Amino acid sequence: MRFGVVVFPGTWSDRDCGWAIERALGAGVRYLWHRDRDLGGVDCVVLPGGFSYGDYLRPGAIARFSPVMEAVREFAERGGLVWGICNGFQVLCEAGLLPGALIRNACLEFRCQWVHLRCERDDLPFTQGLRGRVLRMPIAHQEGNYQADPETLARLEERHQVVFRYCDERGETGGEANPNGSAHDIAGIVNPRGNVLGMMPHPERCAEADLGGTDGLLLFRSVAKAALALVGGG
Amino acid sequence: MSGLAVDERVLREVALSGEEYVEIVRRLGREPNRLELGMLGVLWSEHCSYKSSRLLLGRLPTSGPGVLQGPGENAGVVEIGRGWAAAFKVESHNHPSAVEPYQGAATGVGGILRDVLAMGARPVALLDSLRFGPLPESRRHLEGVVAGIGGYGNCVGVPTVGGEIYFDDAYAGNPLVNAMCVGLVRTDRLRRARAGGEGNRLVLVGSPTGRDGIHGAAFASLELDEASAERRPAVQVGNPFLEKCLLEACLELLDLPGVVGLQDLGAAGLTSAVAEVAARAGAGARIETTRVPRREAGMTPYEVMLSESQERMLVIVEPGHTAEVVRAFARWDLEATVIGEVTADGDLSVLEAGTEVARLPVALLVGGAPARRLHPRPPAPTPPAAPVPPLAAAEVPATLLRLLASPNLGSRRPVFRRYDHMVGNATVLPPGGDAAVLRVLGTRLGLAVTIDGNARYCRLDPFVGAQIAVAEAARNLVATGARPLALTDCLNLGNPERPEVAWQLERVVDGIAVACRELRVPVVSGNVSLYNESARGAIDPTVVIGMVGLLEDYRRRLPAGFRRPGDLVLLAGRTADDLGGSEYQRVVQGRVQGPPPVLDLARERAVQALVREAAARGLLHSAHDVAEGGLLVALAECCLFGGLGCRAALRADGLELAPLLFGESQGRFVLSAHPRALDRLRALAAQHGVELAVVGSVGGEALILEGLAEVPLADARRAWEEALHG
Repeated sequence: MRFGVVVFPGTWSDRDCGWAIERALGAGVRYLWHRDRDLGGVDCVVLPGGFSYGDYLRPGAIARFSPVMEAVREFAERGGLVWGICNGFQVLCEAGLLPGALIRNACLEFRCQWVHLRCERDDLPFTQGLRGRVLRMPIAHQEGNYQADPETLARLEERHQVVFRYCDERGETGGEANPNGSAHDIAGIVNPRGNVLGMMPHPERCAEADLGGTDGLLLFRSVAKAALALVGGG
Repeated sequence: MSGLAVDERVLREVALSGEEYVEIVRRLGREPNRLELGMLGVLWSEHCSYKSSRLLLGRLPTSGPGVLQGPGENAGVVEIGRGWAAAFKVESHNHPSAVEPYQGAATGVGGILRDVLAMGARPVALLDSLRFGPLPESRRHLEGVVAGIGGYGNCVGVPTVGGEIYFDDAYAGNPLVNAMCVGLVRTDRLRRARAGGEGNRLVLVGSPTGRDGIHGAAFASLELDEASAERRPAVQVGNPFLEKCLLEACLELLDLPGVVGLQDLGAAGLTSAVAEVAARAGAGARIETTRVPRREAGMTPYEVMLSESQERMLVIVEPGHTAEVVRAFARWDLEATVIGEVTADGDLSVLEAGTEVARLPVALLVGGAPARRLHPRPPAPTPPAAPVPPLAAAEVPATLLRLLASPNLGSRRPVFRRYDHMVGNATVLPPGGDAAVLRVLGTRLGLAVTIDGNARYCRLDPFVGAQIAVAEAARNLVATGARPLALTDCLNLGNPERPEVAWQLERVVDGIAVACRELRVPVVSGNVSLYNESARGAIDPTVVIGMVGLLEDYRRRLPAGFRRPGDLVLLAGRTADDLGGSEYQRVVQGRVQGPPPVLDLARERAVQALVREAAARGLLHSAHDVAEGGLLVALAECCLFGGLGCRAALRADGLELAPLLFGESQGRFVLSAHPRALDRLRALAAQHGVELAVVGSVGGEALILEGLAEVPLADARRAWEEALHG
């Protein structure tokens, strides 16, 4: 099992993802430079957090045109697992691999804090066995306020594409539990096919007890299991 | 200054005095041209030359076991074991932040990151010490500075893990922004910024050079006045994305052969960077200005040499290796250009298209500024403190809530949640307590980091206040279980040409020196920021101490907050009649007076040794330094950090309520421990000769002080969390 971790020049969660994958999960990592067009046969592509190309214009607005994203798009079209975290989620939306956009937090400020997430599905490679589970994870972003037009939001709900919602520790949504003003308390969504996930929280920052939580490891384990099943079945 | 061949206006523009000009002419044997004068002006500025403080700084102890690099380089370096070393430094960015809070603070962060990078270290933590005038008037400054620190640090991907903020009238016209960076480097990869042998190439990389920030160093060495806003062009604009690329590229570069050294371009730009690397190697250098990539056309050599454009580094490369270096930078889309070379003649010569336009001895530029004699005179003795009415028992609960709601004591979460403090997967003790702890990935080592300083104590007595700043920073680290290793200091004062400020400067340096010797923590880097004055007068002498400590095993780290109901609450150290300079005086009595708390350094060392040893033996569940606000505030903080109440009873021992509960006696910790650990803790305390008293137990939903107060935690939390919104 090998994860590909995409590195744009302004990416900074690449090493954190690598650490979580190698040290906490025990799987392999291949770093994919933004100019690469070859994904090197990885089982899952992670688009990590950071500021891709500075993001002065709009997060991910330039990254979508990078060579590596062409390869990622083809990979996704073939059914490959693509996992955008934080800036990676923003890039996926800009690239049109996921609908909607991530705009400035409603509080207009950067937020780095722990949040709770309710997992809405467990039939995805990313979230096996996690349906209804309340997970605790850090966020660290200024543009994590998920918005889309009413039709898109309705379609996302109808097709059960909302994977994670901000909630309180009991799993209740609403009020203070939503840290950035996201529509429908959305913290993460998946494409209709279920192989492209975008989420604002950072699972790689909570894959060890030393860092204050291990819920992130549940997602990495799920992906690893799914990839093995794919290999085994294929 | 009659008889000078130069217009006084010209001298004022480069911030040189008439005497200094005469000295330059004498040493050169001729008049300098305009470019040379500009170069000398920036390097002889207080900011670059330390001409007023240099002689005093020699009094600081700078060596000790484990010190790999003391002051004089871009950052200090200490060994931490397992082949690793920590490089760190603090630097002020006060004046830029006063006129342009966002960019001033942002570029302050950028500059200190590059200082640590220049040692070959990867920056792993940022901390900031901030001072503002009272809220709400200073809201704009606070907002701008916090946004600037976050805007830069969050983008480069280095966690901001600590800091401190105080509000006081003393800073209303001159806020302070001191930024500290800590980096990690393998001891065998440590770099020093020196030019090395003749013929080595000088490679400039990063942002193209523009007209921004010209005379920034000179600006930093003037008092702020009405015209300061017009100095805004002297403030640079940061590009954190470029910095991130520069950082990664320079770290990759260290794997290449032929890379001799790295130097940051900060204050005084290219002039300072080239002169410093040459000076450290006892060499000279030649620069061809037309080779310097520019942001705009038509720039003169003067502008090129003095520009303070951000995000630039100078790399010293052996001839024959420049192509690989340029290629390595190109991978990060960075333009690297050979702009000159190291020479043996000891001069810095500047060429424009082959014609020499300046030639100055490096020794005149660096270290050549005549040390300025200070004329210290203590201020007139202050009248003895006026008596104040004692605190009545019935007022204790409301007083506690008022103190918790003070912007100086309230929760810092509204600030640190705006900084990414987790990136790097190393923050194993997050901000909010006494110090942050970062693990060194791949080892069990934990690096504890803090930045601290109480200027009110320094105002009342700079000698004692500076000692307390050192002791308290050490206490912050010890509260996590760490052993203090070394410190970096930032001395922020007013105009040293005034005798009282000169006296303050002398006293704070002596205070730091005494405390460093007694606590065995050397000074390995630092910064002096003078002329912090505005129409409203000089700031308080503000000693800011950044300190780094080590935990052999970070799994033994201690949080500040209570963790388990049923634990005993203990007080280590002695409470005395120390109300002078306290937050209680400011908030409740409305005036700060009297002597600052007494500091007994031998006792301080003993109590710190006790807590460290108890932590290492696993006898403690939490430890918190008793600081501003005193014992009752410290108890409340332990409850609020941990989300657990406590019931306590304090023995007055003849003290009145105010000093007992809110006095700021030094050398104290609030500890919590399992009742089973008590006997061993008592034995340990006796061994160290430290008072250790059981004052209560953890549990419940309120802070209960028997016979005096019962404050529901929810009320305390509301006051504490709203404090910064005031």
